[in-house]
Amino acid sequence: MRVPASWLVEPVALADSAGDQSADALAEALIRVGFEVEDVEPVEPVSGPLVIGRVLEIEELAEFKKPIRFCRVDVGTRGSDADQPQGVVCGATNFAVGDLVVAALPGTTLPGGFGIAARKTYGRTSDGMLCALDELGLGEDHSGILVLPPGTAEPGDDAVGLLGLDPEAPDAVLDIAVNPDRGYALSVRGMGRELACAYDAAYGDPAAIDQGLPAATGDGWPVRVEPDSGCRRFVARRVTGLDPTAPTPWWMRRRILLAGIRPISLAVDVTNYVMLELGQPMHAYDAARVTGDVVVRRARTDEKLTTLDDVSRALDPDDVAVCDESGPIGLAGVMGGASTEVTHATADVLLEAATWDPASVARAARRHKLPSEAARRFERAVDPAVARAATDLAAALLERYGGATVESGVTDAGPFAAGTDPAAPPIRMALDLPDRVAGVTYPRGASVRRLVQVGCAVDVESDGVSVSPPTWRPDLTRPADLVEEVLRLEGYESIPSQLPAAAAGTGLTLAQRRRRQVSRALADAGYQEVLPSPFMAPTVLDAFGLDDDDPRRSAVRLANPLDADRSLVATTLLPGLLDAVVRNVSRGLRDLALFHVGQVARPDGTPGPAPEVGVESRPTDAQIAALLGPLPAQPLRVGAVLTGAWERPGWWGEGRPATWADAIDAARTVAAVYGAELTVTADRHAPWHPGRCAALHVGDVLVGHAGELHPKVLEELGLPARTCAVELELDRLPVTEVLARPEVSAFPPVLLDVALVVPVEAPVAAVQAALTDGGGELLEDVRLFDVYSGAQVGEGRRSLAFALRFRAPDRTLIVEEASVARDAAVALAGERHGAVLR
Amino acid sequence: MSGTNDSFDPKQVAALSPETLEAAREEATSAFAGATTLEALTALKPAHLGDRSPVLLARREIGSLPPQAKADAGKRVNEARQSVQAAYDERHEVLLAERDDRVLAEEAVDVTLPTDRHPRGSRHPLTQTSERIADVFVAMGWEVAEGPEVESEWFNFDALNFLPDHPARTMQDTFHTEPAEAKQVLRTHTSPVQIRTLLERDLPVYVVCPGRTFRTDELDATHTPVFHQIEGLAVDKGLTMAHLKGTLDAFARAMFGPDSAIRMRPSYFPFTEPSAEPDVWFPQKKGGAGWVEWGGCGMVDPNVLRACGVDPDVYSGFAFGMGLERTLMFRNGLPDMRDMVEGDIRFTSAFAVEP
Repeated sequence: MRVPASWLVEPVALADSAGDQSADALAEALIRVGFEVEDVEPVEPVSGPLVIGRVLEIEELAEFKKPIRFCRVDVGTRGSDADQPQGVVCGATNFAVGDLVVAALPGTTLPGGFGIAARKTYGRTSDGMLCALDELGLGEDHSGILVLPPGTAEPGDDAVGLLGLDPEAPDAVLDIAVNPDRGYALSVRGMGRELACAYDAAYGDPAAIDQGLPAATGDGWPVRVEPDSGCRRFVARRVTGLDPTAPTPWWMRRRILLAGIRPISLAVDVTNYVMLELGQPMHAYDAARVTGDVVVRRARTDEKLTTLDDVSRALDPDDVAVCDESGPIGLAGVMGGASTEVTHATADVLLEAATWDPASVARAARRHKLPSEAARRFERAVDPAVARAATDLAAALLERYGGATVESGVTDAGPFAAGTDPAAPPIRMALDLPDRVAGVTYPRGASVRRLVQVGCAVDVESDGVSVSPPTWRPDLTRPADLVEEVLRLEGYESIPSQLPAAAAGTGLTLAQRRRRQVSRALADAGYQEVLPSPFMAPTVLDAFGLDDDDPRRSAVRLANPLDADRSLVATTLLPGLLDAVVRNVSRGLRDLALFHVGQVARPDGTPGPAPEVGVESRPTDAQIAALLGPLPAQPLRVGAVLTGAWERPGWWGEGRPATWADAIDAARTVAAVYGAELTVTADRHAPWHPGRCAALHVGDVLVGHAGELHPKVLEELGLPARTCAVELELDRLPVTEVLARPEVSAFPPVLLDVALVVPVEAPVAAVQAALTDGGGELLEDVRLFDVYSGAQVGEGRRSLAFALRFRAPDRTLIVEEASVARDAAVALAGERHGAVLR
Repeated sequence: MSGTNDSFDPKQVAALSPETLEAAREEATSAFAGATTLEALTALKPAHLGDRSPVLLARREIGSLPPQAKADAGKRVNEARQSVQAAYDERHEVLLAERDDRVLAEEAVDVTLPTDRHPRGSRHPLTQTSERIADVFVAMGWEVAEGPEVESEWFNFDALNFLPDHPARTMQDTFHTEPAEAKQVLRTHTSPVQIRTLLERDLPVYVVCPGRTFRTDELDATHTPVFHQIEGLAVDKGLTMAHLKGTLDAFARAMFGPDSAIRMRPSYFPFTEPSAEPDVWFPQKKGGAGWVEWGGCGMVDPNVLRACGVDPDVYSGFAFGMGLERTLMFRNGLPDMRDMVEGDIRFTSAFAVEP
C-alpha cells in the first residue's frame, strides 16, 4: 500500500509521543511491528515563486506543428510586472479561461532540480511555466497541466504550501507491503492503528467519526442477498442532486494521487478515498441506470458482464454477481459493471459498501485475472463492521463537495448486517503463554495491554484471559495468533538468544555421505559440477531418437511452464548437461567434462485426482499412502558429459580426446564410491552410439549407460562430434553399511602371463571373466596388458595378453600349482569364447 | 711378489727409509691433485694405493726387519699409506662434488612450463555451501532430511497451513503439473520436507532440509525459477523463540564469523506463528558491515503440528529457511544469479575449494 506520511499520521496522536517522527522514523516503527516498508519516497519540495494563477487570456499559436498556447495569467502581485498578467507559453490544452492553475515563475526550482527562468520560445517570451502534476513531483500524469477546483485559492497565493511541497514540512510516500493475514492494514485506519501501537500513542478511529447525516429510515434501495452468495453484508445509500461537474477538492486529489490512484471524477474519487481511508472498497452506481431490485447471487452459466474496463466477461457459476433486472451489473468484490457506471452526467448515485467471502473473491479475481484494489482487500478480509461508516463518509463527502443530498434510506442486508455480531467468539489463553512462546518474562500486564492496543476486548479471569478480537481482525482465532501480537509489539529485540540442546544425532546417513563422495570423486577426476535446469523440451527426446514407448518420454508436464517449449520435468539428466555443453562451446570453451547430481521425475502413467485429506489431525497411513502413491518416482542420478580434449596437447606431447572409455571410467569412479564393481556389457541404447554404448550393471541391477553419443544426435543438437556421456542412477547402487572383509595373504605370489587368441566378437570383459572364473581361488588378480590384432593372429581374431597373479592364503604357492590354475583359466576361456593360447 | 724367504739386511731396505716413503707420498699426492676427472683419479689409484704401489711394496719389507725395528718402520709405512689414502679421498670428494654439480646443472628444466595436462575439476559453490550449512547443523546434533521435487499440494501447501484460495498460495508463484486434479506441484520451498519429517520420524526432531525449489520467476540477475533452499525444523518440548534466535545466531557465526548475529523483524508465513524475517549482521558487507535480509523463520504454527499428529499443547517447534543463491551472492559478492545456473565452467572452477 502506498500512503503519504501526512495522511497516515492523521488518526495518531503523535504530537504527545516522544521520538523522531520523520517519514523514515515512521517507516522504522512500522518495520519493527511487522510491516515491510519497501520504500520511503520523499515528496520532493519546491522552492521559489510557485504561485496560483488564473488564466485570463488564451492565444492559440497556430503556426506550429503541435498546439501551442500563449497565455496571460493573473498571478496577483507576484508577476514580473506587478500590474500586468504574466505571459506564459504552454503546450497543454486541457484548460480554459478562468481556470485556476499552478504557475512556476522565474526563480522557481521544481523537483529534480529543474530551474525555471524566463525564456524565448515559439516566438514569445515565456515568463514561467504552467505545471503538470508530474512536473510538481506528484505522480506520473503529464496529460495536461494541473487545473485546481475553483475556490481552492486566489491568484497570487503561494502554491508551495497548498500543494504540500513545502521544504519546511516535508512529506513522503510510504510504500508498505502488507502480508495476506492483515487485510485491515490496507487502509489509513488500520495502518494508523499499527503506527499508534508502534509509538505507544493514542489513536482515534476515523470510522468512529459521526458524519452528521440524517438518521436512517427505510431502505436505500431494495436489495435481496441470497444466502449462498458469499455476501456478508451489503450496505447501500443514495445521494441525489449531485453536481456531476463538481471537481474533487485538491487535498483529496493529492492524497489519492500519492496513493497511486488516478483521480477521475468526484464520485469515483470519493469511493477510492474512502477505501484508502477506511479499508472498505466502495462502488458507486449511476442510480438512474439501475433497474429494479438489486439481487446478490451466484452467477448463472452463460451470463455475461461487461466490466468497467470495457471487457466482456463470461461469468462462472462460482462468481458472485450483483444483479438488477437487466442481469449482472457487477462482479462482487472485484469490479463493477459498465452499464451502471457513473458518468460525467450522473446526478443520482447509489453507494454500495459490501463485505464478501474472501475465498470467493480470491477465486473470482484469479479466474478473471483482475487483481483490483478492491479484490486485494476483500481476499484479505474487510471489516464487516465498517461498511456503514464508509457509506456515510462517502455520502457526506459527496454532499460537501458535490452539492448532493444524502437520502435517509439505508439498506443494510446480509448475515453480518448491523445488529448482528460479526465478532468471532472469544479466545481463551493462559496469561503466560506469550512468555512461554517467546522465552521471555514480560512485564506484568504487558500482554493484556498489547491485546487491548490492537483492539481486542480482554477479560482477565482466574486461570487466564478471555480475548474477543475486533471485527477487523479475523486472523486472530487462536492463542498462537494472540501470542504473535504480544511478541511483535513488545519487540522481537527483547527475545534473548539461547541455543537449544538438540538430541544426539547420528550425522549424515551413509547414502548422504556416499552422494557427497560421488561429487568429490568426479571433481577430483577433473569434472566440473553444473546445476542445469530440470525443464526439458519434448523435442530433445525426438532428437535423442527415443522409441515412442521409451519410458523417458513419460514425463511430468507443467501446466504453466515459463518457456512453452520446455514444458516437461526432466526424465534424464542428459538434456540439461548437453545444454550446458552447448553454452560453454558457444563461449569458446571446448574441452569440457561436466557432471550433475540431481533428481529426475519418472511418472508411471498419469495420476488420478488427488485424495481429499484434511489437516485437522494426522492423516491415516492409508491417506498418506494415497498422497504419496501418485507422485512420480524421483530417483537421484548422476550424469556426466565429456567433449574435446581429456588431455590437452602441450610441450609434453600430443593431447588425447575424451572418449567412450573416459565416460565408462567415470561410471567406475562413481561405483567405486559405493564399493561396487560395475559389469560392463555392450548395449544399444539411445542416445548413445549403437557401437559405443555400454550398459552398466551391479550384479543383476542395471544402473546406467555410458559411452559415446550417437553422431546424428550430436549433429541435431549442435554438439561437438564424439561427445561422450554417462548417466547412472545412484539410488540403484548398493549402500553397503559394512563392506566385506578383505583377504590379505602375506605369502609370495606367482605371476604368470597368458596371451589368448580370441574371435574379435568376444568382449574382453567376458574373456577376463572366464579367466577369473576358471582360475579359481588361487587367482588373485587378472589384468589385460596388451591387445594385438594383425596378420599373425589371423583375420577376425585378436590376441589378448593378460597378467595373472596367483597367491595362496596359507602357504607359499609353487609354480606348478599356479600353472594348473592358469591352465584351468585358459581352458574355461577356450570353452566359453574359443580362446587359444597364442 | 717378493718372496718372504728372501733375506735382507734391514739397513739396506731402502724402501723403508723415511726419505723414500716421503718421496712416494709426495708423488702420489701430487698425482692425485693433478687428476681432473673421477675417471682419471680412478686410473691413478692402483699406482699409488694398489698392491704394487711403492708404499704397499714397502710394507711387505717390514717382515724382514729385526723385531726391534719393526714397530718403527710399521708406523712410518702406515702413516705414509694413510696420508696417500687421505689425499686420494680428498680429491675424490672434490671431483665427485664437481661431477654431481655438473650433472644436476645438466638436468635442470624450466619449472615454469605448464603442467595442466588434464584440467582440474571442481564442485558447484551452491553444493558446497549447502554441505557447509548442513555440517554446521550436524555438528549441533541435527540430522539432514530430504524429499522429492515434484510434490503433492497437500505437503507443499495444505499441511503447511496454506488454506485453499488464501492469497498466501499466490505469494509463491507455483509451477503446477498436469492434470490439475492430481494436485501436484514443483515444490515452492523445502518446507514439505518438514511435514514428511514430522510424519516419518519420532520426536524430538532437529533436522535441516537442503534442496532444489521452484517458482515461476523469470531468470534475471536476482531471480531464478530454479533455486536452492535450506530449511531447519526443531520440534521438542519447551522450545521457544529464544531457542530459534540462539540457533540462528550460532548459524550466523558459523557462516559469517564470530562477530555476526541475527535480528528478527515480525513477518508473516502461513506455517509459522509468530513469524519473523531474520536479518544477519554481515561484517564483510560491501560498503561496510551491516544487516542483510536472510530468509524467514518463526515458531511452527499449531495447525502444522496438528496436521502432522503432533500435540501443540505438549510440543512446540521452530523453523527457518534461507535461499542458498542469495546467501552465496551476498557472502561472496556475486552480482548475477545467472552465473550460478548457466553452467559456464569458468564460474564453477573459481570455486574449487569451499566458497
